[in-house]
Amino acid sequence: MNIKHVAKLANLPLTHHEEEKYSEQLSKILKYIEQLNQVDTSDVEPTFNVSGQENVISEDKIGECLDWKEGFFKTKGVFNNE
Amino acid sequence: MSDLTSLTLVQTIKALQDKQFSEEELNKAYLDRINSLDPKLNIFLEKKKNTRGIPAAIKDVIVTKNIKTTAGSKILSNFIPPYNATVVEKLLEQDISILGKTNCDEFAMGSSGENSAFGPTKNPWDLTKVPGGTSSGSAVAVASDSCVFALGSDTGGSIRQPASLCGVVGLKPSYSRVSRYGLIAAVSSFDTIGPITKSVDDAALVLDWISGSDNFDSNCKNEKFTFRPRGLEAGIKGLKVGIPKEYFGEGLEASVKKVIEDAIKKLEQLGAEIVEVSLPHSQYALAAYYILNPSEISSNMGRYDGIRFGSDRQDFGEEVKRRIMLGTFALSSGYYDDYFAKAAKVRTLVKQDFEKAFTSVDVIVGPVSPTTAWNLGEKIDDPLTMYLQDIYTISANLAGIPGLSVPCGFVDSLPVGLQILGKQFDEETILKVGIAFEQATDWKKEKPKL
Repeated sequence: MNIKHVAKLANLPLTHHEEEKYSEQLSKILKYIEQLNQVDTSDVEPTFNVSGQENVISEDKIGECLDWKEGFFKTKGVFNNE
Repeated sequence: MSDLTSLTLVQTIKALQDKQFSEEELNKAYLDRINSLDPKLNIFLEKKKNTRGIPAAIKDVIVTKNIKTTAGSKILSNFIPPYNATVVEKLLEQDISILGKTNCDEFAMGSSGENSAFGPTKNPWDLTKVPGGTSSGSAVAVASDSCVFALGSDTGGSIRQPASLCGVVGLKPSYSRVSRYGLIAAVSSFDTIGPITKSVDDAALVLDWISGSDNFDSNCKNEKFTFRPRGLEAGIKGLKVGIPKEYFGEGLEASVKKVIEDAIKKLEQLGAEIVEVSLPHSQYALAAYYILNPSEISSNMGRYDGIRFGSDRQDFGEEVKRRIMLGTFALSSGYYDDYFAKAAKVRTLVKQDFEKAFTSVDVIVGPVSPTTAWNLGEKIDDPLTMYLQDIYTISANLAGIPGLSVPCGFVDSLPVGLQILGKQFDEETILKVGIAFEQATDWKKEKPKL
């Protein structure tokens, strides 16, 4: 992993000490993650949302709205309490 | 009444109805208690003085109108939200008062409670030990009787693991059972909010209050969970309890294993049928999680750009920076298929493991954590060892299923929790098992000496 390049992509200012430390720690973590390659996923679809639902939306009904008259909405006065 | 802070939520409601004490006396008792305990435990980041309502503690990743909300981060150290999270609105409707905001690992990243910018919370059973994380303050608040109940959040085990290490009940609902609106986003496809309580009944009641549809979270399920005390007390005779052999192998401390095996025997005595099951992809779950989690985090942390919330990005804590780096790398050009896409496919396999197992059993039972609470500072410099502490909890987050941690014993005076996992949206059955176990044992009567 090119630490300086990734830090730039992440817009993350790192000190020299942090760059060295993360280099070492992240390669250890990535080494652990490499075991994913042992799993055969050739016929497997990825999962991005486990809820089993999509776009839960509320009922389509008319709620409270402003009165309408001669092409204009009627609202309360803005500058005084008419 | 001198010990009113030891009452459960259900008992507190009953006592208030019977006028054994007033809401004002209740709030004062808790406030007095946290004023004496908080200096040594470091539970609360903000405290509120109330005279009404039932006092609850809210994890500081959940926004509260006009009450400072930091997510345990220096970056949000001055953030005062202009609105309440949906769960907070729902609790206020039930006459709950917010006693305070609880300490946690920064943006809910960690396993020990030590990643807070405001210092670690201490385990009330032994002040030299970690309380677990990331809902560290919420678990300790409940364990030390510093609130009636608390809300936490669980992305990879952050409710169940600290509940286990502190000897209290923790419930992670199914993903999308509870609205995430107002939960400061960490890992959006994993994040859940749930209760940490003094009894399983209490957890069921709080889930009833906070679950259900919300126009502000379009991934939130319309059907709420309904608390039916009689239904839950029906017993577990004939219920099939699956024991995954993968959860009892290498890495599980022998003393913890013994306590869990005794708990399983108890379930058998109560009439449950014990069945061995297999979750073959468990060994890959952690690796998949530590790609998907940092990837979503690196994206969600993008909003702290120094413009909208103030503070520079160098103010992120060490663990947050580490995950932003890991996630940015996994999503970067040329690596996406090898890491993120691969992990998302392994996630499918982990989910299918559970679906298959649940065709033959009603719940799956095992340890929450491979060890009891460890020493403060012991694992903080070794991120991979720290990640391995989540080995038994993260699979449930990958699959979106509910999980419960119930106190089931001690090892060297430190609590151990039993994990009960259920089918997606079947919180009722895991709560039923939890209640049967709780009623047949005396573990919930044990309190830390403070």
